[in-house]
Amino acid sequence: MALLDVNNLDVRFALRHGDVHALRDISFSLERGERLGIVGESGAGKSVAAFSLLNLIAKPGFIAGGSVTFDGQVLNRLSERGLRKVRGNRISMIFQDPMMTLNPVLSIGEQMVECLKAHRRIASKEARAIALDKLQQVQIPSPETRLDQYPHELSGGMRQRIIIAIALLLDPDIIIADEPTTALDVTIQAEIMALLLDLCEQHNVGLILITHDLGVVSQVTQRMLVMYAGRVIEQGPTREIINDPQHPYTQGLINALPQMATPGEKLNQIRGSMPSLSNLPSGCAFHPRCDFINRADGQPRPACTQQVPGFVESGNCQVACHMVAEMLEDRRLKEETL
Amino acid sequence: MIAFLIKRLMHAILVMFVISVLAFAIQDNLGDPVLQMVGQSVPESEREEIRERLGLNDSFLVQYVRFAKNAVQGDFGNSYFYREPALEVIARHLPATLELVFASTLIIVLFSVPIGVYSAIKPRSPISRLFMGVSIIGISIPVFLTAIVLIQIFAIGVTVTLFPESTGWGAWLNALFSTEGNMPSFGRGYELVNVVGNWDTNLATWNGLQHLVLPAVSLASIMLPLFIRLIRAEMMEVLQSEYVKYARAKGISMRRVYFVHALKNTMLPVITVGGVQIGTMVAYTILTETVFQWPGMGLMFLDAINRADIPLIVSYLMIVGVIFVVTNTIVDLIYGMVNPTVKLTGKPA
Repeated sequence: MALLDVNNLDVRFALRHGDVHALRDISFSLERGERLGIVGESGAGKSVAAFSLLNLIAKPGFIAGGSVTFDGQVLNRLSERGLRKVRGNRISMIFQDPMMTLNPVLSIGEQMVECLKAHRRIASKEARAIALDKLQQVQIPSPETRLDQYPHELSGGMRQRIIIAIALLLDPDIIIADEPTTALDVTIQAEIMALLLDLCEQHNVGLILITHDLGVVSQVTQRMLVMYAGRVIEQGPTREIINDPQHPYTQGLINALPQMATPGEKLNQIRGSMPSLSNLPSGCAFHPRCDFINRADGQPRPACTQQVPGFVESGNCQVACHMVAEMLEDRRLKEETL
Repeated sequence: MIAFLIKRLMHAILVMFVISVLAFAIQDNLGDPVLQMVGQSVPESEREEIRERLGLNDSFLVQYVRFAKNAVQGDFGNSYFYREPALEVIARHLPATLELVFASTLIIVLFSVPIGVYSAIKPRSPISRLFMGVSIIGISIPVFLTAIVLIQIFAIGVTVTLFPESTGWGAWLNALFSTEGNMPSFGRGYELVNVVGNWDTNLATWNGLQHLVLPAVSLASIMLPLFIRLIRAEMMEVLQSEYVKYARAKGISMRRVYFVHALKNTMLPVITVGGVQIGTMVAYTILTETVFQWPGMGLMFLDAINRADIPLIVSYLMIVGVIFVVTNTIVDLIYGMVNPTVKLTGKPA
């Protein structure tokens, strides 16, 4: 069994006019030391997925079904106390905006030491030594003075380094990083990402990287999930998906990368925008934006608007798309007739 | 630090100057002080003589310059009524008022923080809703009405006969809602203990504390709900913040998340507002002290207005202005200690 196993995870938000389904049927697994990317546009449910792993979604959100199994324990059935022992200790998180993540009125040292003390019986002096060691690992200049500084005295890049140091404090098994470089200067993004990758490899820490940067995903992760409107629509080895995307949405995402555009022309884009989760289109949620809704004979495929697509295996990947399913079926029939 | 204090001292002087000009400007509309000073039988010629002697017939500018010259040397003029220096009169009344404000502040701090935090953490619990409902009532009822109701219930006593005495339960309920009314509601009592100079304290004897309870509660009755609501609103906002979410993701106990991560940030705006409100409370004492005949500055000021005791009025207003500046300065110093992004105290980075 994998280190982390997510099965049919279903997350809803209880709103006044009824439940909004934020995540449906999310399943994936993560082996020890493996790095997984989760990509998709804003609103696809990436962050909700990240937070629901540790049952950190804020009310009115709640896990309505499915399970998150980590190292033999079902996290979503643990008590708050049991979860606390996992959070920050065996699974730690890196948030998106380092300017907002650190508490402005507590010193860096305090925020590091409290994390150690929450999980280990440890003297303050010893905790400080560990904190210092981690700050050195994230290559912060003059780490000793940093411990007594406050967040406002540090730049965004430095703060994200500190957050990485905090994530590594207790030598976790998995780090969940929710768009760790989005809020940073472009010049620093690559630096921070390289640092994170380096440390994960060094310590054999698993990484769940949430991002919309496909370039980063292809460099850092071994496997990836593509999410759309609260569902996983394609998953498999990163290299395979990047080189040969099956789902029209994944194709659109890759096509939308600036380097895919013809010089002098407009950048490619996926027309339309992500639907609201409370008002999803029928059938495949992507069908109003899909360019492949028509069959080879020019007639629209009725399944696309009527039926939620299930996963089909394509190579080492799983894809949820009627068009791909039909193509694979055609191919299989052809092979049989030959 | 020293530069900051010097700046605040300049503020205090500026405030005193502006207040004194304003107070002087309205003195002609306060009535004739001479009328209050002498009996009805004194003929007009003598009254005119007194006016001339007091310099009340001089122009505004002449009077003000004369006052300012003396004020710079620490002489704020003599009270017409007490016939002694106005500052001494104020100094005699100041401790009573400060003790009252101190007791009210204590009540506010002790109750607003736990109630505010609780109702922010559990906004939907029945107890929180009750507190919120009661606090709205508290804010909307004026101080003097609260004071009168408190006197009725705790000083005079209420006898409830609503339930039939014939049943055991009825008698019990009647007794439950009835009050004895044995709390003192008038003045400071006679068991005051002299601390130093003219500072007699209520805080040292049981009788003195009893006298302090009702005035302090009624003075706190407006600010307490205000602070409960302020703390609740700030805390709820802070609880939504990323750093609170992050603290939870670190696996820290909720107690630490609430009382270290959230509360410290919650208190920043509360401290700022609190500083202004302590000054305002000094002003509110006028009402409370009048109802409870508390012999402090507020009561003294009201009497001074009735007697058109202009030197005392002007001095009181200036002293209150200084109290405002001083409390705000102290609050700013505290704020600087709590908030690391503010560096007015010149502490090492």
